[in-house]
Amino acid sequence: MVEVTDVVCSLCGCVCDDITVEVEDNKVTKVKKGACSVGKSKLMGHNRIKSPAIRVNGELKDCSYDEAIKKAAEILAASRRPLLYGWSSTVCEADKVGVELAEEIGAVIDNTASVCHGPSVLAIQDVGLPSCTLGEVKNRADLIIYWGANPAEAHANHMKRYSYVSKGFWTEEGKKAKKLVIVDVRATKTSKMADVFLQLEQGKDYLVFSALRAILYGHADVVPDEVGGVSKKDLLETVEMMKAAKFGMTFFGMGVTHTGARHNNIVNAIQMTRAAHTHTKFSIMPMRGHYNVAGINQVCTWETGFPFAVDLTRGYAWYNPGELSATDLLIRQECDAALVIASDPGAHFPGESIKHLAKIPVIQIDPFPNPTTEFADVVFPVAVSGVEAEGNVYRMDNIPIRLRKLIDSDYPPDEEILKRILDEVRAIKEKEEK
Amino acid sequence: MAEVLIKNGVVYDPLNGVKGEKKDICIRDGKVVESVKNPKVIDAEGRVVMPGGVDIHSHIAGGKVNSGRLFRPEDGRKGVEAKTKVCRMQSGYSVPNTFATGYRYARMGYTFVMEAAMPPLAARHTHEELVDIPILDNAALPLLDNNWMTMEYVKSGDMDLLAAYMAWMIKATKGFGVKIVNPGGTEMWGWGKNCSLNDSVPTFDVTPAEIIKGLAEANEKFEMPHSIHVHTNMLGHPGNFEITKETYDLVKGIKPEKDRQVMHTTHTQFHSYGGTNWGDFESKADVIADYINQNDHATIDLGSIILGDTTTMTADGPMEYSLYQITGRKWTNHDVELETGSGITPFLYSGKSPVNTIQWAIGQELALLVKDPWKLALTTDHPNAGPFIGYPIIISMLMSKKRRDESAEDMHKVIYDRAEYCSIDREYDLYEIAIITRGMAAKALGLHEHGKGHLGVGADGDVAIYDMSPEERDAGKIQKAFLNTKYTIKGGQIVVKDGEVVATPDGKTYFVTPECDDTLTDEMMVKLKDKFDRYYTVTYNNYAVQDAYVPNPYEIKAPWRS
Repeated sequence: MVEVTDVVCSLCGCVCDDITVEVEDNKVTKVKKGACSVGKSKLMGHNRIKSPAIRVNGELKDCSYDEAIKKAAEILAASRRPLLYGWSSTVCEADKVGVELAEEIGAVIDNTASVCHGPSVLAIQDVGLPSCTLGEVKNRADLIIYWGANPAEAHANHMKRYSYVSKGFWTEEGKKAKKLVIVDVRATKTSKMADVFLQLEQGKDYLVFSALRAILYGHADVVPDEVGGVSKKDLLETVEMMKAAKFGMTFFGMGVTHTGARHNNIVNAIQMTRAAHTHTKFSIMPMRGHYNVAGINQVCTWETGFPFAVDLTRGYAWYNPGELSATDLLIRQECDAALVIASDPGAHFPGESIKHLAKIPVIQIDPFPNPTTEFADVVFPVAVSGVEAEGNVYRMDNIPIRLRKLIDSDYPPDEEILKRILDEVRAIKEKEEK
Repeated sequence: MAEVLIKNGVVYDPLNGVKGEKKDICIRDGKVVESVKNPKVIDAEGRVVMPGGVDIHSHIAGGKVNSGRLFRPEDGRKGVEAKTKVCRMQSGYSVPNTFATGYRYARMGYTFVMEAAMPPLAARHTHEELVDIPILDNAALPLLDNNWMTMEYVKSGDMDLLAAYMAWMIKATKGFGVKIVNPGGTEMWGWGKNCSLNDSVPTFDVTPAEIIKGLAEANEKFEMPHSIHVHTNMLGHPGNFEITKETYDLVKGIKPEKDRQVMHTTHTQFHSYGGTNWGDFESKADVIADYINQNDHATIDLGSIILGDTTTMTADGPMEYSLYQITGRKWTNHDVELETGSGITPFLYSGKSPVNTIQWAIGQELALLVKDPWKLALTTDHPNAGPFIGYPIIISMLMSKKRRDESAEDMHKVIYDRAEYCSIDREYDLYEIAIITRGMAAKALGLHEHGKGHLGVGADGDVAIYDMSPEERDAGKIQKAFLNTKYTIKGGQIVVKDGEVVATPDGKTYFVTPECDDTLTDEMMVKLKDKFDRYYTVTYNNYAVQDAYVPNPYEIKAPWRS
């Protein structure tokens, strides 16, 4: 038995890196400390795709990696409008090969941000993002706001490691000396801990941000007695807390990005942060979901210039979310082949998109079977990054951390499969040119 | 053995005193040699030949740069070029993608670029992008001035332990030297505040002046190739020239361990401002230049303005906030725990604006008024004062009084009465241009000892051949020649021909290993590990940059001083 410390979790955007595990006979046998229950389950491992497979007459038939690579390359090389989608639950090294593959075949490359914090990206492109690393929150913040997010259940270690419950340099007393504000449409496990819980009506986030902004700028007189289900009294009290804080922090989640005014909600959330900043130090951060969704946005940006929904058909990058995001392309039935990696559109995309995805050839690269596997035509099982393979990932605050390899695996890493597909595609194209 | 012979060129190689001589350059296996036997011959036909350009200060890789790209798709779209058989896709103007960054520098004849600000906690990010930039050799300067460890050692006066911390951080980040940006001010920005040179930083009870002096002393405990690299306090504030001068004075008595400056101060244009507000804002380039002329311990780079739209970005968080308050445009901020911060906001430099006009004048005045070009390097603090592809514009201005007079006519009339710009007759020659674009930068970084910035035997086979004769006086033609080389040769390989990129070898990453005594390191480590246990959100064992991030390393050892 070997004890491994400083293990980095490859589950959510928290990327906890202080986990201790036990390894015996090339298996993770115990997660001793540091991980939440979901992270623990990932580290311990669960059911896997057993073999590469190709769909024949409606059935997935096991095959060799060589055969699957050949088939995948043929599909992509023949495609006129390929879509390469996913990229958030793998490492940056794989994402880089993904961009190169997209460039080679003139694909649209998109990642899970487009159905997640894509609206946040649009807002940042409009007004910017006054933010900080999670350690700034840990060491300084005495007011934490979670808006449309439920970390107690979705990012289980977030409050403990980084925010409300953590202790830092100027926050030695932990939560005793902090305030917690929760804004949500329903009571949650997190809202039970709150000093102030603002329960607003579904889709009224924009109005409530506006009201808080107005009060922060000294225009409380224009705010009506009730805004989006929240009383003016509560809003005034919240603003007083914001102004009294030495360091305020807003974390926002899917509850804000995908309701009502969508990206305009986030613009308004950021504008509220700017308004609060005229009184005291205030920052804001999206609660990123997958452990490396921030990383694919980074890689895609430094290589193409743009973070998601990038069309490389012209040989250069063309960015237009709403037109070129995966769901839109699929709803318009525009793509004729797709490669799906480290994500599960089969479970998360709108029905119309999935309908088209089920009709076209789909290549899937993933350690685990999921609803997308049900209609995938070529399936590659791969190593689990952070357990069986190493690589770079970006935490939700864009801090890069290297995932560790804990055990050996016969499954190849994502990067290797992608490189082999790329090589094979190039070989096919070379032959065609001759 | 790959051999190259460049013949019939007119060579400007200031580090070897070669001043426009007809001279052959022989390269074998990537290095300059005395002679070659069976070379590929490049006939330079009387054109200007210089060593590969060396940029001492540019923001090309890392978190800030990428946040700039991410929040400015409108800039990304400006520079799009499709992939070719040789090149990857390109995008961006002030914040070009990694590929465009390498290609565009190489086309200007540059072969080495220093990334000027690497937040230690995000060093992996900087290296991931540096690896992705084709052709250019590179290095990065970790930010070490607003770090709690630094401030605590400065306060307690433990200079040896400060040196041990500095050494560990440079090794851990695979960095090149000590970067200082608004010392104290960025820590105070953690609370939304800022400070000036002699203000005390709350909690830590040290002044920026003490931080700068402390780090200068720590740096000189090793044979570091580079001095401390300083972005002084109060960047961009009217009247800041006094603080700039005072900052120079701080380190005057410190003896450098190597034959170089004790302090390099960067983007000096932003720090040479007179007046008390934007209304009476004026150039104090003359005062700063006088200081540099009279003293030998400090060097500068220009941070010269390029007119037009750009993306400003710096670890000086409070400064970017001030700028955003002036423009009301979008603003991104990213404070980094225990270490540093950063801010980003777009900015338009307009010749119609009196302030921007004076800024334009100051950058060039510094170059024209500092008598010894070995004391300054050409930069635009890319992309802060403008994108690096504007260098040829500045070169043409410095070489042509006529060009400067013409530019002044298009600018705000303040250029005639609140700057000396139009009364300076000096014109740079090509030898001086070669100094400020390669020789000086290589020497100030200590890279001349590692084959950069010159063409002596043993130097790297990095050569730029510009498509102009040494007699060329037409400023437009000079500008054009410096934008796209006839040839750029990197390590003996032709990477640019007739202004087109024809090969894209990987660049090397240069990093310094300061060699610190184990006992000192162990003592320092107790304090540092406590910081990791209690305050950092990344563990000690996950902090240091792994070797995988620097696949093409070039290590420079810096022994403890004898």
